This record gives sequence, structure tokens and C-alpha cells, in this order.
Amino acid sequence: MGNEEMNQKTKHMLQAPNVNSHQKAAVAKGVKAIGKKKDEEEGLDTAEGEEWMQGKTLVKPPDQLDLTEAELNEEITRVLKASNPNAPQNVVRYSFKEGCYKPIVFVDQMAIHFELEGNLVHKESDEGRRLMAKQAEVDDGGGVERPDNVAIKAAKREQKLTNQFNFNERASQTLNNTPRDISCQTEPPPRANFSATANQWEIYDFYVEELQRREKSKEKHEGQFLNKEEDKSKKKMIQAETQNDDISQLAKVVKIIERMVNQNIFDDVAQDFMYFEDASDEFRGEKGTLLPLWTFQYDKAKSLSVTALCWNHKYNDLFAVGLGSHEFTQQGGGMLLFYTLKNPSYPEFIFNTASGVMCLDIHEHLSYLVAVGLYDGCVAVYNLKKKTDQPIYNSRASSGKHTSAVMQVKWQKDDLDSNHNFISVSADGRLVSWTLVKHELVFTEIIKLPVIDTIPDDLKDVIPTVGTSLDFHKQKDYSFLVGTEHGKIHKGSKYYSSKFLEKYDAHFMNVTRVKWNPFHPDVFISCGWDWMVKIWDQTMKSPVFTFELKTSVTDVAWAPYSSTVFAAVTTDGKVHVFDLNINKYEALCQQKVVSKKTKLFNIEFNPVHPIIIVGDDRGHVTSLKLSPNLRKKPKEKKGQDLPKGPEVEIAKMEQLLSSMR
Amino acid sequence: GADDTEEKTQTIDPKHIFPPQHTDMPEEMRVETMELCVTACEKFATNNESAAKMIKESMDKKFGSSWHVVIGEGFGFEITHEVKNLLYMFFGGGLAVCVWKCS
Repeated sequence: MGNEEMNQKTKHMLQAPNVNSHQKAAVAKGVKAIGKKKDEEEGLDTAEGEEWMQGKTLVKPPDQLDLTEAELNEEITRVLKASNPNAPQNVVRYSFKEGCYKPIVFVDQMAIHFELEGNLVHKESDEGRRLMAKQAEVDDGGGVERPDNVAIKAAKREQKLTNQFNFNERASQTLNNTPRDISCQTEPPPRANFSATANQWEIYDFYVEELQRREKSKEKHEGQFLNKEEDKSKKKMIQAETQNDDISQLAKVVKIIERMVNQNIFDDVAQDFMYFEDASDEFRGEKGTLLPLWTFQYDKAKSLSVTALCWNHKYNDLFAVGLGSHEFTQQGGGMLLFYTLKNPSYPEFIFNTASGVMCLDIHEHLSYLVAVGLYDGCVAVYNLKKKTDQPIYNSRASSGKHTSAVMQVKWQKDDLDSNHNFISVSADGRLVSWTLVKHELVFTEIIKLPVIDTIPDDLKDVIPTVGTSLDFHKQKDYSFLVGTEHGKIHKGSKYYSSKFLEKYDAHFMNVTRVKWNPFHPDVFISCGWDWMVKIWDQTMKSPVFTFELKTSVTDVAWAPYSSTVFAAVTTDGKVHVFDLNINKYEALCQQKVVSKKTKLFNIEFNPVHPIIIVGDDRGHVTSLKLSPNLRKKPKEKKGQDLPKGPEVEIAKMEQLLSSMR
Repeated sequence: GADDTEEKTQTIDPKHIFPPQHTDMPEEMRVETMELCVTACEKFATNNESAAKMIKESMDKKFGSSWHVVIGEGFGFEITHEVKNLLYMFFGGGLAVCVWKCS
């Protein structure tokens, strides 16, 4: 039993093989001692056990089970299976085909307990060869194993050689753009200089100013307890006013200075204008001369020709010039300019018109109203008082406007409704009266010029008689004269709208101007392209006086100071002045006033000063002073009124003529 | 004299509404710069240099490099500045501030 007890102990004891034999011996001795104590009879067994035990050392864990022998001898069967106890047995997968979860039967049973990746490479594999090749390169320096190297290199080349049939090497080079150097310099930001001083007094001054400004604005705010809008509008007005004041004040000053400068420049001319009287006239007998004074020209009007001139009745130094073109083929824009003798270098007023101006007239009393007739048949009225450069009335769109160029316009007395009105004659053969009613021009047809006999009947409505000139009698203002392109002059009356009162066969060609004598009620003058100037008595069918002036006469005008003096201009640039009182057959003065090849188109006498203005086809207006011989008042009739003087004269002339007949 | 100074001191309070003595800056820039100057001068009331430094550095950050700032009570100057980058204003009744950009 002791042995068995001993065996029990020894069997269940752990072995400790690495323990020294010395220790083993010690342990064995320990055991031996125990054994000795227990049973000396079991010396042999114990010796055997000792030997066996000396090979293995056993350590008993403290929590080892103590089993009985029966339990020890019990046979426990152990079954080894190939299945992995840890593998899941109830794996379920969703089957899309059947739409439900299905258990998977075969589950992977392999359990990996340990894994170690090795770093051995097969010699024949690609990687092995590469490694060997690398090694060979490294060993090359040492010259070890050359045949191996060669083999390796051959292997390398073998790898690089590609099949010549399937592969082709092709190279190409694209065009390289030539490189260019471009440099750029940006502009540096602009700089400015500034300088100031910072002192106590500067600061103080500035603050005081600012305070004053603030107070002013506060007053303005307090003074106006109105709507905000009104405030704003008033502020704007105040601003505008102050602005206007500044500029308008400046404008006034500038204007005065401009006139002063002009006067300085043209000082000698101004002196001549006022005081020069040609002393040599005494020695010339009857003849007189014209002294050129100022020339008025405007740059932008260079291509235009003067078509109309008119003096202003209120301001005797202001005159209007209408610019356009007489040529049918050269029609462009037109201009209306106002010059004053005080400033010959620049016009006072400039108006641009859409088409050439053919005629103009300034109202007798309201000298700011100007009526203008244009080449395209429109008539327009300008108000000089207004600052705009657009006409206040324009017949552009209205019906009844002339279909052809307007040749003459004349203001009339205000009608019964005290509306201003004027009458125009145009190349379409109609005389139309225009009334300025509020904002529009109302037209009234007065009369149509009679058709010429030579035109066949069926064309009589189509081909109009071109009216070229119009003049109203000074005293009997219902009576008027119209000159036509065919050389006839018709006398009409505003009260007769169907027929003309009288017809005069005046000229063979175009009648360019017809004008009543300012003094004598029966006398009028006409001129035309047929080189003639004729003076008529309206009661007689044939002219009283006839003058031939070697070229086409474009304009004629009576002098305002004498009933027997008149002047005519011709296309050769000459001005002819006549005084019938002195010489019935010849001009007192025939003077060329413009350069060659310039035609003169208009002439007007100044109502007060002894000067005339002539307009030419270059857009220039020349002013000339009449020498004393041309301005002679009838000497014998000093005491009597002028109109009567010439009447007596004409009566004398009539007697002369009747004696000539 | 006395009345005027009183008036001056009274109206110095709304100083940020005062328009600058001379400037050619655009509206927004001007307002910002003026406020910055007022802040700086209030903060460094005793030290002009620090105030100027603060203004200059903020201006450099905000509006680009090379700003120059002068603060003082009595000086004259003549400067070249980039157009639309000058502000010359007064502050607090006795201080003048001139700010300009020039690289």
C-alpha cells in the first residue's frame, strides 16, 4: 500500500526535466527520507522508483485533483474528429432567388492555429532569378563566379528582346515652338502730390468753417417743415440756382470780355463804322464807294451758302443769317445764325436745322420770334428768349406743309385772336398762312399761284408755279406781291383767295426779289436772273425804270432812309447802288466786294446805320459802309417830310416816262 | 474767443461725423479709415507713435502695403501719394492725422 501510495504520488507529479541531477538527487533524497520514514521494506521499489524518479522531477500543482485509484483506472475514451468545434454550424445566407434565408450546410472546418510566412524563394522562379542577378551585380566587382554572371546577363537580354514580328519601335518628334521672350511692365498706380500744414490755428479755422456750414444746413432744415420730397426738390433747386448763378454770372462776364476783346481787335473797323466819312467823295462827283467793314463767318457754316438775311428791328446791331444751299443737288443741313456787330468773330445764337434754310423773317414787334422757311418745305418758328436750340413751332409733321422749298416767309400783324401769324410762299405754288396757336402751327391756304399758260391742260394740276418772292405792302398790308420762277409778278390781296388782282410780265427768267418801296405806296422794285432790275408803278403794266446789270441779279433792297435809293447784288460779286434822284440811268456805285467766283445772294440795309450786309455763297456775310454820296437826302426838300419828297420825284419821273412814251 | 472755443468743445463730441479736411478716397475706404484713426487716437491719447503704428499696421493689412501715417499737433508736409489713397483729417480739437499710401 505504501508503494501504491508512493506511486500515486509519483504518477501525478509533474516532471521537471531541466532540474540538475544534484537537485534531483536532493529531491530524491527528500523523497527517500520520506520513504525511509514510511517504509524501509520497500527499499528495492523505492530504489527503482528513485532511479525512475531521478530521470524526471515532478512538481505537484496545488489545485490538482486527488482522484481515487478506481477513478484513476477508469478508462476515458476520447474521440478525435476532423470537424472544427469553433466553426459556426448554423450559418444562414439570404438567397435572392428564393427570397428567403437558407442555411448553408458546408462550412469551412479549417482552423489555423499557427501561421508563419517564410522568405525562401524558389531558385528557378522569376523572383529568384532577379535576386540572383542582383547578387551577381553586387559580386561583379569582386569577379566572383563569372560564368554565372554571364548566364545572368544573357538571361537579362533574353528578357529584353521583344518579338520582331509583332512589335515595332517608332519614334517621332513634334515641332517645338520657338521660345520667345516677352516682358511686360504694368503701369504703376498714379501718384499725386499733396502738401499742407498742421497747426493749431489751421485746425481751429477748419472747425469754425465746419460749424458755420452745419448751422446753415440746420437753418435750411428747420425752415422747411414740408414733405421730404419737397425738401429734396428745394434743395436741388437751391443747388441748381447756386450753380446757375455761378455759371450765368460767369457767362455774362465772359461775354462782355469777349466783346471788349473783339472791339480791341477790330478797333479800326469800329472807328470807321462810327466816324469815317469818305472825304474823297467830294471829288468823285456823283459816285460813291462802299467801305468794307467786318466780315462775319462761322467755321461750321463753311460749306453752306447764305440764303437769307434779316436785320432785327429792336436791336439794330443784331441780324439773322439763314444758311443753306441754292443748288438742288447739294442739299444738306442748314443753320440759322445771329450775329451782332459788337462781336464779329462768333455768332450770338446758333440753330441747326435739318435742311437748308431758304428764308427767314424776324417779327417786327416781338423781335425774339423768328420764322424760318426750309428747303424741305417745313416752316419753323424759333424763340430767341428760350435757351433751347429747337424751334418752338415746327410744321414738320403737320398736314398742309409745303411740298417744296419755302422761298419766303413774312410775319403779319396778329390776327383777331391775337395769335401771331406769318405767310409763306413756296416752290409748290401755294401761299399759306400759319397761325401760332398754343403749341402748334395751324395753316390756312390763302391762294394758289396761277398756272402758266404754256403748260398743257392735263398737267396743270401737277406742275406748280414756283413762287420765289413775296412782299407785303407797308401801309396796306393786305396787298402783296409774289414773284414767280417764270418771270411774272402777281399782285394779290389777302381778301381775295381765288384770283390775283394783277399780273405783270416782269422778267424773262426767275424773279429773285420783289419789294415794295418803303415810302411810296405805288412803287415796287423787282430783279431777276435776266440781268434786269425794274422799278414799277403798280398802276402801270410796264416798268418805269429798267436797269441792266451785266449778270444775274440775285437780290435788291430799298434804302430805309430814302425812297429813291436802292442797292442790288449780282452773281459776279458786285454791289450796285442807285439813287434815282441823282442819276436815273446809272449806278452811283458798282463795287466788287468779294473775291472772284464768289456769288452774292443777299443784301440788306441796316434800318438805322448807314451800312449794308451782303451774303455770299461761301457762308460769309460782309458788312459795308455807304459813303456819303450814296446817302444823300434830297436837298431841296429839307423842311418837308421825306415820303412826300420822293413822291414828287416819282411824279416827275412818271411825267418823264409818259413823255418818253 | 471764449465763446468760439466753447462752441468748438461742444461740437467736438460728434467727431466721427466731421468731414476730413482733405481726402480723395472712395466713400467706404474713407469711412473705415476715419473710424480707425479715431479709435487709434482715443486709445493712445498720450502716445502718438503707438497710435500711428496701430493705424499703419491696420491699413497695411486691409488695403495693401506701404501706408504712411503722421500724427501731430504742429507740422507741415509735402508728400507724393497714390491717387485715391490720401486722408488728412483733424481729431479732438488739436490733433492732425495724415494717412497716405505710397510704395
